[in-house]
Amino acid sequence: MKASSGKKSMDGVRKQKITLRINGIEHSLEVEPRLLLVHFLRDVLGLTGTHIGCDTSSCGACTVMFDNMAVKSCTVLAVQADGAELLTIEGLAQGARLHPLQEAFWECHGLQCGFCTPGMILSAYQLLMRNPKPSEPEIRHAIDGNLCRCTGYEHIVDSVQYAAKRMKRKDLRRR
Amino acid sequence: MPVSKSVGARVKRREDPKLIRGLGQYVDDINLPKTLHVAILRSPYAHARIEKLDTGAALRLSGVVAVCTGPELEDKIGTLPTTADNPTLKIPAHHVLAIGKVCFAGEGVAAVVAEDRYTARDALDLIQVEYEALPVVSDPEKALTPGSPVIHSEFTDNLAFSWKHEQGDLAKAFKQADKIVKQRLVHQRLAPIAIETRAVLARYLPEAKELTVWSSTQIPHILKTHLAQLLKLPENEVRVIAPDVGGGFGCKLNVYAEEALLGYLALTLNRPVKWIEERRENIQATIHGRGQVGEVEVAVRKDGTILGLRYKVIADIGAYHQLFTPAIPPFTGLMLSGCYKIPAMSIELSAAFTNKMSTDAYRGAGRPEAAYVIERIIDRVAQELKLDAVAVRRRNFPKASEFPFKTATGLAYDSGNYQLALGKALKLAGYEKLRREQRKLRSRGRYLGIGLSTYVEICAMGPGFWEYGKVQLEPSGKVTVFSGASPHGQGQQTSFAQIVSDELGVALDDITVVHGDTGQVARGMGTFGSRATAVGGIAVYHAAEQVREKAREIASHLLEVDADDVVFSDGRFSVKGVPKKALTIQQIARQAQETGDSSGKTAPGLAAEYQFEPSNFTFPFGTHICVVEIDPQTGNIAIKKYFAVDDCGKVINPLLVDGQLQGGIVQGLGQALYEGVVYDENGQLRNGSLLDYAVPKATNLPRLRLSRTETPSPVNPLGIKGIGEAGTIGSTPAIVNAVIDALAPFGVTHIDMPLTPQKIWRLCQGAKAAVAGGRR
Repeated sequence: MKASSGKKSMDGVRKQKITLRINGIEHSLEVEPRLLLVHFLRDVLGLTGTHIGCDTSSCGACTVMFDNMAVKSCTVLAVQADGAELLTIEGLAQGARLHPLQEAFWECHGLQCGFCTPGMILSAYQLLMRNPKPSEPEIRHAIDGNLCRCTGYEHIVDSVQYAAKRMKRKDLRRR
Repeated sequence: MPVSKSVGARVKRREDPKLIRGLGQYVDDINLPKTLHVAILRSPYAHARIEKLDTGAALRLSGVVAVCTGPELEDKIGTLPTTADNPTLKIPAHHVLAIGKVCFAGEGVAAVVAEDRYTARDALDLIQVEYEALPVVSDPEKALTPGSPVIHSEFTDNLAFSWKHEQGDLAKAFKQADKIVKQRLVHQRLAPIAIETRAVLARYLPEAKELTVWSSTQIPHILKTHLAQLLKLPENEVRVIAPDVGGGFGCKLNVYAEEALLGYLALTLNRPVKWIEERRENIQATIHGRGQVGEVEVAVRKDGTILGLRYKVIADIGAYHQLFTPAIPPFTGLMLSGCYKIPAMSIELSAAFTNKMSTDAYRGAGRPEAAYVIERIIDRVAQELKLDAVAVRRRNFPKASEFPFKTATGLAYDSGNYQLALGKALKLAGYEKLRREQRKLRSRGRYLGIGLSTYVEICAMGPGFWEYGKVQLEPSGKVTVFSGASPHGQGQQTSFAQIVSDELGVALDDITVVHGDTGQVARGMGTFGSRATAVGGIAVYHAAEQVREKAREIASHLLEVDADDVVFSDGRFSVKGVPKKALTIQQIARQAQETGDSSGKTAPGLAAEYQFEPSNFTFPFGTHICVVEIDPQTGNIAIKKYFAVDDCGKVINPLLVDGQLQGGIVQGLGQALYEGVVYDENGQLRNGSLLDYAVPKATNLPRLRLSRTETPSPVNPLGIKGIGEAGTIGSTPAIVNAVIDALAPFGVTHIDMPLTPQKIWRLCQGAKAAVAGGRR
């Protein structure tokens, strides 16, 4: 192994300041322009509930709510989120009180390894925001961009149906 | 006996509260101060000599801490291990990073260590490698033909190993046959695609002399032993932790180059190092499953009785052996009798080195291939003899009274009732009605297909593979359970607590299950081969039983009666006939902590450990029925209905069993319809991302109708068989059989997987053209 002679400064990279609200809390930080939003959430802010499962925005593990839209945060630059309002899995429960979608995934065994779960829940969140009483095909369509290798999706569909029955308007308030 | 309250109940998972809040701790979620990030340069060539390797420019990039290559590590890290008891096995040296030559596209050539992930990736582009391309061996059949280029020059050919089994008078069987039915079958390579890719974090604490490796693995204890050997460290200085693991399916049942490499880097650099596999790397350099090409031949009487079976198969090993690579294809051979009485069998397996990633255990690991062979050929027999597929199966089943049922492959199936499961599935599906509907629709030009598979599998590994469990009553009366199983989604924090709750009469909430940390759990093997509950759960059960018996002894002393006169029920030990004279197990725990039984006969503390090794494997079975409709205009396959009746012995938690089955069935469906790792003739991976490797999505899946029969296994006291892989094993042949059945009017007898619309459309168009041509 060869060790580097070790100059450490990241010279030549101009950082950019961004200000955004995440789970109701305002953050103002300087970031490298190329930093992906998912790495900003995970590595800079320590919000590790948002996961990374691919490098082609195919798997949906990194899904977060971005100005009330479910987006794959591996395909957004942190600088693009300047001024945005974000909701991640960590912001869904109100203290000890789980969100009805979280309750539903627990109740219906909607997760096994749990790695796809945060993204899956947020895609379902967007669906129920737009369509509070979705049909089964509508649910399946809505989570089509989120891959799960454990459950075969059946219990996830059950979970979303279970949540839809119990959701109240306040559970989908704009943040 | 305590009344069973918890075992058999649909208990919600205790793993879930943190996971649904995003508070799980997968490897990449662990942030240690001053962590360095590792990126690996991988070969773009499938087979090439490394002529020149210049890492200078990468090393000069600011933020890069170190760069290493294979030759520099040769005497530092051992070669990667493999396991198999086979005298024909050839083991090429498998280095952590390539030395002198690369043997598959994706093989690691150099590693960069940098202050952050982005810099590590940037530095890869600055490494200059000159390759001299060598002839590529991509096709496993061609690999074994004379004149093929030889991948590993230390050997004379590409035969990695061979395996043979023969029993019964096969020549006679084929002579007496009314018909011989043959079929060539391809089991395409699959990528396991756990949604969490592989991930390793390593830290060395020189003062404590402790190397800790966090790895997304299914086998922390086995990995610890191998890492100590690979890094030449005393084993008690290595600790492996499998934190939350985001799916395994067999692909994390291994010892990978990166695990050893990161351990070495942590030791040398004195800072924590982290490597998170990218998805592209994951499809290139994490093991693949399946990868067999075989030809099956059966001798049958005209009533459908099978007299003999011959199978010649070539297994595509890839360039090197990973941990269980050579152990997987023989499983196919062992399970080829399926759930049928076949008096004479011959299996001939040749394994070929190819310039590709290694194959190894992927959900089912050898058994899906066996089920596919036997279930496809049974359907072919029915088709050739113009018999119903159900009738042929029934004719060859052993009776329930014939168990343990000995096969011509040398196994003894523990217990089974194949007629019962089949009957229940037929009823659930309304089989006769479906057949009537099929005839009606065909007359209108619509193509419904009904496919069955009556599978049996081998699991709960097994003799030679023990598991460890420990149950400890804390002085407070809370219970800690330690298991060497290492679940990664299967939910044993719940099911093991259920077992212990019933044995000790302690509430579920008072039980904690610890696993996945060699620093906390003394011994273990891990989670694979559908063994966690049927082997690990039994170890925990026995440990709990011993704790209870020790508590009974203490109770007898404290209550001043004979141990035989102490009655245990619902967590209370009472004097026979005097129910009020009683002590709770929590009270005894407190007493035990202080003095044992105070007579000095019993040692202090209330804990027991148990190592369970079953006397035989278990053999779960079942019947799956799939109904599809094919559109000949587009080749599209619509799955209309899916029924599954599975028998995994006694069920601890039906919710978890359903989850395992659903996930397994959909994974098997992936093989049947969508998936396949494609290498071209140059050994280039053609679908190395999730954009073009197709795993099943939520749409286009039917509701699965599940049911069960329950035939307890006699090989363990709880009668458990295991359920982790059954769905995958049962579903693939049922789906393929359904599609072939739908296409029978087109004269189709077989299509190799994946059954893509393109293949089906071509066959339908070809058949139409042939019919039209014939008319003219």
